[in-house]
Amino acid sequence: MGEQYVCKSFEFKDGERRIIRIGDDEIGVFRHEGEFFAYSNYCVHQGGPACEGLIIARVEERLRPDKTSMGLFFSEKDMSFACPWHGYEYDMRTGQHIADRRVRLRKYQVLQKGEDIYVVV
Amino acid sequence: MDLISDRGRRVPIEDLNTTRLLDHAAKQARDRRYEDVLIVDCDAHHYENENLSEIIPFMENEVFKQLSLSSRTKGRGHISPVGYGWQDMGGRVTRYPMRSSEKTPVEKGPKRDVELGFRWMDAMGVDYSCLFPTGMLNIGLHPQKEMEFELSWAYARWVTEKVLPESQGRMYTMLGLPFSDPEGCLRMVETFGDRKGVGGFMVTSVREKMAVYDNAYMKLYRALEERGLALAFHSGPNWNSSTFQSCNRFISAHALGFSWFSILHCTNWVVNGMGERFPKLPVIWIESGLAWIPFLMQKLDHEFMLRPSECPLLKKKPSDYMRDMFYSTQPMEIQDMQALETTFRMMNAETQLMYASDYPHWDFDLPSTIWDLPFLSDRAKHNIIGGTAARLFKLEPRNEAQRQNLIKYGNYRGSTAAPARESTPPEPAL
Repeated sequence: MGEQYVCKSFEFKDGERRIIRIGDDEIGVFRHEGEFFAYSNYCVHQGGPACEGLIIARVEERLRPDKTSMGLFFSEKDMSFACPWHGYEYDMRTGQHIADRRVRLRKYQVLQKGEDIYVVV
Repeated sequence: MDLISDRGRRVPIEDLNTTRLLDHAAKQARDRRYEDVLIVDCDAHHYENENLSEIIPFMENEVFKQLSLSSRTKGRGHISPVGYGWQDMGGRVTRYPMRSSEKTPVEKGPKRDVELGFRWMDAMGVDYSCLFPTGMLNIGLHPQKEMEFELSWAYARWVTEKVLPESQGRMYTMLGLPFSDPEGCLRMVETFGDRKGVGGFMVTSVREKMAVYDNAYMKLYRALEERGLALAFHSGPNWNSSTFQSCNRFISAHALGFSWFSILHCTNWVVNGMGERFPKLPVIWIESGLAWIPFLMQKLDHEFMLRPSECPLLKKKPSDYMRDMFYSTQPMEIQDMQALETTFRMMNAETQLMYASDYPHWDFDLPSTIWDLPFLSDRAKHNIIGGTAARLFKLEPRNEAQRQNLIKYGNYRGSTAAPARESTPPEPAL
């Protein structure tokens, strides 16, 4: 276990992402709503750069009590990031595929020491 | 470059560079030593609509040429049918909205198309790719058969005279046929069939009405068979079709459409005994994935046993004729590995299946989708990923290791030109 320096916290704005490379490994680090999340940058689908694509709120379909559809909406709370190769979409907070929670990216712990941000590898 | 995300929020994304985007594919290629294996991509695309100003002047008929040129200058209207769709998934597949941000030494035209092709081919480890258009896959929906011919003709001239010569022999094509015009199809084969880089001809199978068995096409099939050229049916979606208008999501129209048009035309091809009439004509079904194949085999075999009097030309079961034909892999349904293995067995994948990426389209497949399959023998892997196509299109190995592997698995023909054609379809691998 080691710690890989990412950057100073003030350099890392909310909504941004960083890709850090450690040898052949790549880790995507996100800052979302003040928290840091880090995942393997290798998509579990075909190996694309999973963390380098669009960051976008999850789409949900809302139903009325009588089960009729109100249509499609962007979620107010759930954020995703999508692999740019095929659009495989992962939950920002868990790294799980939004359609199948068993499919997930490797998650890394992020440490903040003072102003310094590290990923535990 | 910023992409539009939810609620108009802008998300910065690094400008597109295909080599950089596919860096992980290049790592796969290195890890698996693809340089030792001839890899042929039987279905790749470019966006010919970005070069219409170069293509239209190749139209023969001056009236349609003038109409097309005039339409272009107005900045509105389309000269070929445009399909509905959300291929980029709202920017999630970033190479669509960011395509214009990619820098190449030459900003537009055939050299840019080839440069972009080389970038993804080199990253994936692909040695040869069969280049198809994108927008013109909808040409079969054009209401004017004259325009279908004119555009098919103009594209054929442009791609064989301007694009393929830039590709150092690494790109070939199967030219789109103006299928609404049987005589025009025959003229295309007679004119372009011997051109360098033409491995066959292609029917855009997104058509609402197409009788592949019509007597009007027999001269065409004979001409292809005599020349040893392949006939491909390239599928696609048509959300505007009455069949799919009840689909309220792109996923539905896309998943069904690609399968449906192959199911439809393959059924007509088989039950009308085309395999008996043209036994040496290599027929390839492209971009429908594989899941439709076992379905159709079972369905047709079942009904054939009940109604053979409607298919008197058939001397064996429909599935046997389907196993005589070729199929491209992509988009390969890989969620249920056992079902996939059964599909491979049912279709004789070892000799009938050919790898395809479909790059740069949104659901492309890497060579690893074949190379990493746990149930394939080495022979099957080598055949599917390039050996079968190498025999079909007489593609040369690009280094000694590839040559040895082609020899090892019975796929080396020792030809000198690539791609050329042969008088008979390839024998099944040993």
